[in-house]
Amino acid sequence: MSLSVTLTVNRVQHRVLLDDPRVTLLDLLRERLQLTGTKKGCDRGQCGACTILLNGRRVNACLALALSHDGAEILTIEGLADGAALHPVQAAFIAHDAFQCGFCTPGQIMSAIGLISEGQAGSDAERVREGMSGNLCRCGAYRGITEAVVAATRSMTKEKAA
Amino acid sequence: MNRFEYLRPQSVAEAVAAAAVPGSAFLAAGTNLLDLMKIGVARPQRLIDLKDLPDLDIIEQLPDGAVRIGAQLRNAELAHDPDFRQRFPIVAEALLSGASAQLRNVATVGGNLIQRTRCAYFQDPASACNRRAPGSGCDARGGDTRQHAVLGWSEDCIATHPSDFCVPLAALGAMVEIEGPAGRREVALTDFHLLPGNTPERETALGQGELVTALRLPPAAAGFARHARYVKLRERTSFAFAVVSAAAALRIVDGRIQEARLALGGVAARPWRAEEAEASLRGATPGAEAFHRAAALALEGARPSGDNEFKIELARRIALRALTLAAAGTPDRLPALPASPFAPLPGGLHV
Repeated sequence: MSLSVTLTVNRVQHRVLLDDPRVTLLDLLRERLQLTGTKKGCDRGQCGACTILLNGRRVNACLALALSHDGAEILTIEGLADGAALHPVQAAFIAHDAFQCGFCTPGQIMSAIGLISEGQAGSDAERVREGMSGNLCRCGAYRGITEAVVAATRSMTKEKAA
Repeated sequence: MNRFEYLRPQSVAEAVAAAAVPGSAFLAAGTNLLDLMKIGVARPQRLIDLKDLPDLDIIEQLPDGAVRIGAQLRNAELAHDPDFRQRFPIVAEALLSGASAQLRNVATVGGNLIQRTRCAYFQDPASACNRRAPGSGCDARGGDTRQHAVLGWSEDCIATHPSDFCVPLAALGAMVEIEGPAGRREVALTDFHLLPGNTPERETALGQGELVTALRLPPAAAGFARHARYVKLRERTSFAFAVVSAAAALRIVDGRIQEARLALGGVAARPWRAEEAEASLRGATPGAEAFHRAAALALEGARPSGDNEFKIELARRIALRALTLAAAGTPDRLPALPASPFAPLPGGLHV
């Protein structure tokens, strides 16, 4: 059986031939498209390091079979910045010191973007913490992460209103 | 992970026909199945992807007042549907207390029902497990049993069903709609998950090739929206399975309980509906006396399956808390941390 998927990743269309049906979206991104910004932490949906936006929604790329998502639109950490201009969530993570080692950061940022677009948490820190509970940070930078997400929510909501 | 054949049927009939071949497994989001395949606990030879099946991801209002929920609907879509969460806030609260936002964005209604136990010995192929390998024994007995059963267990298996979603569904009398080689049928959710007995490898009422197509909440499930809460105790603040949980729903008319529903989670191989406790509440004045009596009845017959006697008292207290919170009234907006037994004060912080 010849297997292939067509995916739009960071606004660029790719057709990827697969020699094996077992490939996850995470492995496809990292090993077939060399987009290694999306991290493999636990590979079991427990840490959130592999969070991407799949058709606009945040998901764990490690638990998604690539074949099942033929035709999907994917946004990864590599697709956020516009040249040298950072995405507001990226900028907020720097301004609020929201990481130490940085390994979980791409997943945290993609998850935060998903959370903000879901619109369920607003700038309520308690709801932000709960909404970000699918992303673990072993350095324990949670305080900065929460502050960054709250600040980015405020700036992005203001931007939208303006 | 083993290699597998990948099929993508275009209709329920095609999917059911494909699944008649032994070694087949249905693939919805895969959040449980792919995980189990990675650790070698599930080894299907054929994956039948349900992605293209039409009309299985909708919420339907039926003429008789029942609500039908398609099996392929995502957990997040159901929990955030404005009409559904207003009519069935207890179901929304349970859904939002489970897993993480990333998982809820993909995990399906049907997949939630057929998810496998989180028993650590089931998940470890090096351990003996009658559920995974019939006749091999049960290493959970005498092991770490915090997540294990205190009701309905057998000498062969003490695993629990991990779902939050299924607990209020059991309380509300949900029906499971099934299609298979012999046509359509339906079973009550409380009969869908099987108690282990001496065949713990038989986990659900599904036969070979049968597919869950929808859930149905009967007309009688409406009418609890004003007094319904799900409460869940976990070992960390969020993103953890229940040690014990309870769903309580009351219909209170003129200061008396006209009808009560109570189900427990994390205590058995199925969501545990406590019908005797429900009956004891009918006609009672909502309050500590009636709720203590009902919670005690709900745990009658419970016995430890290992070093987990504490769960009986914990479950009793969680049932009491759920009934007390339900009587106080469903909040207009779900709390920041859905189903948490902590932060009793409005605006109180967890962390």
